[in-house]
Amino acid sequence: MDFTFTEEQLALQDTLTRFVEKDYTFEQRRKNLAASHHFNEATWQAFAELGILALPFAEEDGGLNGTPLDTYLVMRSLARGLVLEPYISTVVLSGTFLQQHATVEQRSVLIPAIADGSARFAFAHYDVESRYEESRIQTRAVNHAGKWTLNGHKAMVIDAPVCNHWLITARTSGEQQDQNGLSVFLVKADHPGVTVKSYQLHDGHLAADLILDNVELQPEALIGAADTAYPAIMQALAATHAALAAEADGLMAALNDATLEYLKTRKQFGVAIGTFQAVQHRMADMAIAAEQATSMALLAAISQSADDPQERILKASGARVLLARLARQVGEEAVQLHGGMGVTDELVVAHYFKRVTVLNTQYGDADFHLKRYSDSLLTFNQGEQAHA
Amino acid sequence: MDIRYTPEQTAFRESVRQFLQTAVPATVRDKTHQCLPLSKEEKQQWQRSLYAQGWGAPSWSKEFGGTGWDAVERHIFEEECAAFGAPEQLPFGLKMVAPVIQKYGSKAQQDRFLPRILSGEDWWCQGYSEPGAGSDLASLKTAAVRDGDDYIVNGQKTWTTLAQYADWIFCLVRTNTEVRKQEGISFLLIDMKTPGITVRPIIMLDDGHEVNEVWFENVRVPAANLIGEENKGWTYAKFLLGHERTNIARVGRSKAALKHVKAAAARQIGNDGQPLLQDARFRDRLAQVELDLLALEITNLKLVSQEGSRHAPGPEASILKVKGSEIQQAITVLASQVAGPYAAARILPSDPLHDLSAAFPEDQEHMTAQYFNYRKTTIYGGSNEVQKGIICRMILGL
Repeated sequence: MDFTFTEEQLALQDTLTRFVEKDYTFEQRRKNLAASHHFNEATWQAFAELGILALPFAEEDGGLNGTPLDTYLVMRSLARGLVLEPYISTVVLSGTFLQQHATVEQRSVLIPAIADGSARFAFAHYDVESRYEESRIQTRAVNHAGKWTLNGHKAMVIDAPVCNHWLITARTSGEQQDQNGLSVFLVKADHPGVTVKSYQLHDGHLAADLILDNVELQPEALIGAADTAYPAIMQALAATHAALAAEADGLMAALNDATLEYLKTRKQFGVAIGTFQAVQHRMADMAIAAEQATSMALLAAISQSADDPQERILKASGARVLLARLARQVGEEAVQLHGGMGVTDELVVAHYFKRVTVLNTQYGDADFHLKRYSDSLLTFNQGEQAHA
Repeated sequence: MDIRYTPEQTAFRESVRQFLQTAVPATVRDKTHQCLPLSKEEKQQWQRSLYAQGWGAPSWSKEFGGTGWDAVERHIFEEECAAFGAPEQLPFGLKMVAPVIQKYGSKAQQDRFLPRILSGEDWWCQGYSEPGAGSDLASLKTAAVRDGDDYIVNGQKTWTTLAQYADWIFCLVRTNTEVRKQEGISFLLIDMKTPGITVRPIIMLDDGHEVNEVWFENVRVPAANLIGEENKGWTYAKFLLGHERTNIARVGRSKAALKHVKAAAARQIGNDGQPLLQDARFRDRLAQVELDLLALEITNLKLVSQEGSRHAPGPEASILKVKGSEIQQAITVLASQVAGPYAAARILPSDPLHDLSAAFPEDQEHMTAQYFNYRKTTIYGGSNEVQKGIICRMILGL
């Protein structure tokens, strides 16, 4: 049993941590946002040069054969910088899907394009009626003589306005809630027929609803085989949950560092406020929460290498449940312990807290994932009884 | 990083399983799973069985007759014992006083006491807390005054677990009142048969008799039973506390307990005529505890794997204590709830209601008492507030 990271992994972590400290400062990020720059091409190119855009992909597709643990370290490191660039959308969510479901020919074009930074992907999966249920899709794609026509309303497509490629899920057969009958199409961001309704999120990211009105697509726009995208979508989302858990873990570490520093320097009644026991025990609870979060995020990452796809999904959902609770606790406590300063826009703490809060609404909230994990106890339990 | 067990560790786990199959009587197993107290004889028999197997002291080095297991092997052993329903070994001799005797005791003390701890012949209890010295242990007042080759001990210890069965007690006593309170404490081994010792039961809120008051009235103790140097007892006490904290997370026991709750909830009929486990409100709470436990298991494994063959965990053990005890309590809440209205019933083996136990899901009679009993987990071994103080001082630098 070995809980240590390899030299290469530690080097990757160091590099990214330094990058965030030097080239992705809080001040610069604020200036960018004030100027409505939600995406920085130079940063994205730097990511390409650092290799993290190629990291999780198979070598034969142009990737670096990275493991889910590498992604854990990337996310944990980028979390500290509150990086706005669409790393999860492009590399983790869309990337995992393409790796799992795209044809060899499609992968040979798209993955090198992700790796060199030229293609950025947003994944338009959920409909406005889906809420978080992955199979509840009624956006339709109809085939006429080889060509596809898409109609529907994709909701809360995170990072869509800063990406030049979209993957769009549509139903090609079956009823609204069927797992079978889902297909995914590649659509360029300037494609005719798509109305983009952009908006800002509380964490500084951009998102959009995409209104698809008779969007005409060539046959080759279909990724992989028709009707069978659901399992790959679920695996891509599981990888995303593991990445979000890692990010939440990193955010909690950053929140705790900032809060601890504040408790040691902020003086009231002539002493550092960290000398008050009422404050100390809250900080201790935050440290315990962070330890639990790290363990769970690691478990989620490690389980993404499991053979059983269901295992990957359940551990990922379980991590989202626990991390949602812990990250909210730490975020709220960090703000509280910073006093009045905690509720200003000036300190990074408030921005970490906003990211934590937004993250907890994305790709399933705590209740959604709790239901998934909790329901699995029924089947697991039957299995155990059968086993005994 | 690879959090899987090695083939050797898996083989070791299998050998523990094999041993438990024959070594644990079914009656003991049932009682353990049902959280019923074991008799003195049952506890001693368990230590004798382990001793016969050569596993009497999983946390000792081979030099003293221990197994020499590393932290991961000890963890596997504890986990398998918990899963099977084997009793827990008594910690007071094995995990508390023995490491002190090994490190600070004389050769004569080692030869005299350690073999009898290993074989289970001597039952030890811990004389630390006093009515006025709980979390603030160093303010203890029980006095030992030197008189020739003896000490004369007067005072009172409390919360003394299973003192009613004990042959020996290890005590922190005050030998100097003139100096800083930590510097006037000595560590004394006292034969419980010595005249002047009175043990009085303290009945706890679950009606159980686990702990006692121990009174000392002019108790004459040979100075040969002093550990190390006079007035250095606080150093030895702190060393002991470090050892008390091994397996502090109690992940194995919690996993076993949660599995039992799940199985009981699958058998028990809920409000809608379906098994209770199908009630989403109950199941969601169970799922949340399970996730907390899953994370704690990883935290624990990480610390265990880093501990290696060192035998005292660092201040991170305080994190395990706080989270582990909260989870243990949360499981007893669920376990108690399984019985529904019968959760209110205080059931004793002689009780007529016992015959009606068809109303209970199997094994669940004692769970509300266990809920009451387990309030202790966030209090003993350094209350969780004390642990948070340690986290602040030792880890956070506050």
